[in-house]
Amino acid sequence: MIELDKTRNIQMITSKKPKKQRTSSLWWMYLPALLAVTFFILYPFFNGLKISFTNWNGFSQSYGFVGFKQYSRMFSDSNTWLVVKNTLLYGLGSTLFQNIIGLAYALLLNQSIKVRSLTRTIIYLPVIISPLIMGYIWYFFFAYQGGALNDILVFLGLEKINALGDPTLNVWLIVFVNTFQFVGIAMIIYLAGLQSISKDYYEAAEIDGATGFQKFIKITFPLLMPSITINMVINIIGGLKLFDVIIALTGGGPGYASQSMSTFMYDLYFNRQDAGYAATQGILMAAIILIISLSALIYFKRKEVEA
Amino acid sequence: MDYMNKRKKAVLSFVALLIALFHLIPFYILLTTSLKERGDFSSKWTFPTEIAFGNFKEAWESANLGGAFFNTSIITFISAVLLIFVGSLAAYPLARRQTKVNKFIFMLFISIMVIPPLTALVPLYQLVVDIGMMNTRQIAIFNNVAAYLPLTIFLYVGFIRSTIPLELEEAARLDGASTMGIFFKIVFPLLKPVTSSILIISCVYIWNDYQFAIFFLQAEEVKTIPVVLSSFFGENANRMNLVAAAAIMAVLPMVILFLILQKHFVKGLSSGAMKG
Repeated sequence: MIELDKTRNIQMITSKKPKKQRTSSLWWMYLPALLAVTFFILYPFFNGLKISFTNWNGFSQSYGFVGFKQYSRMFSDSNTWLVVKNTLLYGLGSTLFQNIIGLAYALLLNQSIKVRSLTRTIIYLPVIISPLIMGYIWYFFFAYQGGALNDILVFLGLEKINALGDPTLNVWLIVFVNTFQFVGIAMIIYLAGLQSISKDYYEAAEIDGATGFQKFIKITFPLLMPSITINMVINIIGGLKLFDVIIALTGGGPGYASQSMSTFMYDLYFNRQDAGYAATQGILMAAIILIISLSALIYFKRKEVEA
Repeated sequence: MDYMNKRKKAVLSFVALLIALFHLIPFYILLTTSLKERGDFSSKWTFPTEIAFGNFKEAWESANLGGAFFNTSIITFISAVLLIFVGSLAAYPLARRQTKVNKFIFMLFISIMVIPPLTALVPLYQLVVDIGMMNTRQIAIFNNVAAYLPLTIFLYVGFIRSTIPLELEEAARLDGASTMGIFFKIVFPLLKPVTSSILIISCVYIWNDYQFAIFFLQAEEVKTIPVVLSSFFGENANRMNLVAAAAIMAVLPMVILFLILQKHFVKGLSSGAMKG
């Protein structure tokens, strides 16, 4: 602690350095990074804004500016709302499940029990696997023809189900697979959070005769707020961007039933040569992700301060 | 009391075991699928009586997994090296010289971090076509580096500000060392912990990248592992045994690496996740 304070003091002193030192910004050191980001992210992003006002088909040299036509088309397109609904389901649904299950796993695996580290490893393992391949792995489970799920149903004498072809069920299966793959991250962050809570609090509460549930509500939960913030924000951002798993499990089908904004954009651009419209959808997606993740961040940061 | 505790622990251990088994189910199904002959329609829950190792050989050859491993390794390795070099270089002035310009540039990098690069898919694709870099490994490298640079810079800046003592740099400056000398000889070696985290994060993300690769690496000779897997899946819809064998081979290197370096993986990936 003392060490840390010392460096902080020095930093405070040095920030009052003579002017000459401070004005040298050493800008050439970040020039390569700035160029890379400008060329491959910022320029395309602003160019995308421009394309969203055109009727460009994605390959011809000429195109016309059509004003807000693509935008009004987007807002009156029923597919847009279906896809936005799915995207929110993937983003918020996965977040909810990953946090509830991740916290439960963390509470369990924070106890000194057998098979603890093995179980942690097994739960965490899918995090490092390609989401696309994780999707294929679950495909073998849910597939209509020769899938493991239907093998059970047949064994029990029941009807086979086409789980991935069912438009109301398959969106939940996508949430499930995404949760299965990334629940390990939430678990690890909650474990770290639990281990940072001082045992003294619990001992004091026990002296006061608090029950296990009371201890959880009054001590564990409030002190876990920073971990909850991190988990909520990263899971929401990850879920709203979902692409690979959908491609692997359903391809976005049947029809548009399980498309997310990313897969919808891909489909519009590559299969329908509707580049102007695809760019417009890209703008909407960026706006939605920005608004949701920033408001989640602000909301949970505020909670953290209160707690 | 002690007896109750023991019993409770036994129950909890049993629950943990059940959870572990549940999480292993998809991998078990993957294994049994990959080991069965084409005509074997037995339940996926049973092991085959005759193990078809031939699936692995056939999948390896017909999916061209060797070439895919080569491409993925090259792209991942060069991207990671560039990220560490360009990222740490950029982070140093942003951490140490808090001029107005530098503060603005740092905020710029942070805000880019929130926007997923693929929302700009259409113009990015057009840009890649215009500069004639479709189906090159270079474009995969550039895109991945640009996409993960903001996170890399963010992690480096945080680490430099919080853990590298300024006295060292001041002392070296008094001894007449140049800024570059100070950076490479003194600061960079001290960045080792965060560098290893960044290395792990970028390797996992870029190794598994499908979103960029599917758009920009469609030619056979530049395809990476996820792209090869997706085309192989498309071509062999009725031969799941082969696809399962290919999937096992595709994930095995990363899984083995993870099991060896587990602690580093978990630490690295969490520090990347903490960026919020």
